[in-house]
Amino acid sequence: MTHLLEINNLDVKFDTDEGRITAIDNVSLTLDQGKVLGIVGESGSGKSVTAKSIMQLNPGNTIYNENAEILIDEENVLKFTSKNDLKKIRGGKVSMIFQEPMASFAPAIKIGYQMVEQLMIHKPMDKKEAKNISIDMLNRVGIADAEKRFNQYAFELSGGMRQRAMIAMALSTMPKLLLADEPTTALDVTIQAQVINLMKDIIKEYNMGVIFITHDLGVIAQVADDVAVMYLGSVVEQGPVNEILKNPMHPYTKGLINALPDINNLDAPLTPIPGNIPSPLDRPSGCVFRTRCPHASKEGKEGNIKMGLVEIKPGHWLDKCGVDCGKT
Amino acid sequence: MSENIVSVNNLSVSFDYQENFLSKKQKIKAVNNINIKIKKGSFFGLVGESGSGKTTLGRAILGANKISTGNVIFHDDGRDFDLTTINSKEMKEYRKKAQLIFQDPYAALSPRMTVRDIIAEPLEVMKITNSREETDARVRDIAAKCRLNLEHLRRFPHAFSGGQRQRISIARALVSNPKFIVADESVAALDVSIQADILNLLKQLQNELNLTYLFISHDLSVVAHVCDIVAVMYLGHIVEMAPSRELFSNPRHPYTKALLSSIPSIDPENKSRAIELQGEIPSAMNPPSGCVFRTRCPHASKDGKEANIEMGLVEVTPGHWVDRCGVNCA
Repeated sequence: MTHLLEINNLDVKFDTDEGRITAIDNVSLTLDQGKVLGIVGESGSGKSVTAKSIMQLNPGNTIYNENAEILIDEENVLKFTSKNDLKKIRGGKVSMIFQEPMASFAPAIKIGYQMVEQLMIHKPMDKKEAKNISIDMLNRVGIADAEKRFNQYAFELSGGMRQRAMIAMALSTMPKLLLADEPTTALDVTIQAQVINLMKDIIKEYNMGVIFITHDLGVIAQVADDVAVMYLGSVVEQGPVNEILKNPMHPYTKGLINALPDINNLDAPLTPIPGNIPSPLDRPSGCVFRTRCPHASKEGKEGNIKMGLVEIKPGHWLDKCGVDCGKT
Repeated sequence: MSENIVSVNNLSVSFDYQENFLSKKQKIKAVNNINIKIKKGSFFGLVGESGSGKTTLGRAILGANKISTGNVIFHDDGRDFDLTTINSKEMKEYRKKAQLIFQDPYAALSPRMTVRDIIAEPLEVMKITNSREETDARVRDIAAKCRLNLEHLRRFPHAFSGGQRQRISIARALVSNPKFIVADESVAALDVSIQADILNLLKQLQNELNLTYLFISHDLSVVAHVCDIVAVMYLGHIVEMAPSRELFSNPRHPYTKALLSSIPSIDPENKSRAIELQGEIPSAMNPPSGCVFRTRCPHASKDGKEANIEMGLVEVTPGHWVDRCGVNCA
């Protein structure tokens, strides 16, 4: 079976004044149509860089490795060079929703114009048709007075409304793959609940594949089918969401869950993960988590174990180093 | 019964607003008729969505916003500071005793000052210490309490991660030996593991230094974990207030219930949908008459819907206060 999206052995490095930074190290992921893959991790773990690589939106100083592949419908995005090829991806087969809806709309151009413009780039249609589709889409995402909103600017909309408009715009081209980068993080909880319910309905209706990036494990539990936990550019644990959250094996995944305040268990202490996330400039050799791992084996601590996922149960993948230290 | 450190009585804060220079000046009531008593040594939580007036209330208690009606009284060992009548000399005294920790540790610290200077600045501005040696001693003492190393003091803020920066902000707030701290979304910008670390630090400092906190947050699970008593705000009003366990196990107001059900559960099998509130929080410029929540209330009674019920907290069980309108519709 072919997958909608297949990422193989992706390394991403950035050339900076201070040296070459490894942002992504040997990441492989797959996503099928109609599925939601959640990516969790703290700031700097490489979640957004992974999504931006799919859209080829990383800045000019980015270096991809030679043997990396990002396959969408069996075409390697990384080999695309011309603008026309990229157009097929950006806004065509793939759409992206960003965290900050205020920053994603041009402030001095009406929302309607922005929606129509991108539709006409990707689909052969005239202005009137594009306008009808856009207004229909705004209605679909639950924006009242869609016609009026169509002629307004982003600043005239509230945060929740803007994020809805963003979703409407991303979906209007009927992408096969949706990249949602922290789409609910800037929203209040009641609005977040509205947006999550809306996204769940739409994902089902359009049967698309979604990569849902968030730092919030609660949101992941509610929307994702599978989850990949990232730390410092590497995937340390991966599998079905139920399995990973109920039966976490990697000490980092366990640490994230223990640090989370759980409203159903107020007596549980909040346990922070010891230490700080290392600077990407001095990325630990061997297992990247070894500097903070509470149960690192001697070999792991010395950086002798090379990273790589192994399947410990059907569908449940765990980093090699975490297999030993995760037992305790 | 321990004594109160802050009493807020019928407090309202309004801002003037003029759409353009021709239009009439309007008043926006950001905080409306608030009554709270904060007990000494408590961890008082204030939750609500953006625009609910949490920050305005916190700032009014610190004397950073003008009070329109009502008053705020700070009780300090038999000495009372009434913020409506306070003069500038007393205000300086008050500033030493009540301090603020900000949300964003990246914006709150000057990039051109060393950590030592950042922490020492309140001491110098408020003329608390008399010599450099004394200042240094105080800085070192509080830095150690906030788990900062001595070598950190010589560096500039850019060298630190978010969690470390927030510890610097906390050290700066605590260096004048305050008794009361307003922490405004102090963990909202942090990753979960760092958030846990900072929350534990705040708790530990509370015990060591006998602090009282007003902890402002939009994150209910965080508030549930650290606070003893919680007030829920909506559009400038407190709609429910209770000891935190009581509030989270037995919420009475429909808004509190909706907020609680909106927290995404970490259990993937718990797919219960949130009580979805229709629409969004109305504009503070034009708040609904009667109960401010009535336009979004899923169970509004006939009286409530028609705005026949005036807002005001009633005590339903000892210590558990619910807005009058919410008692019926819940």
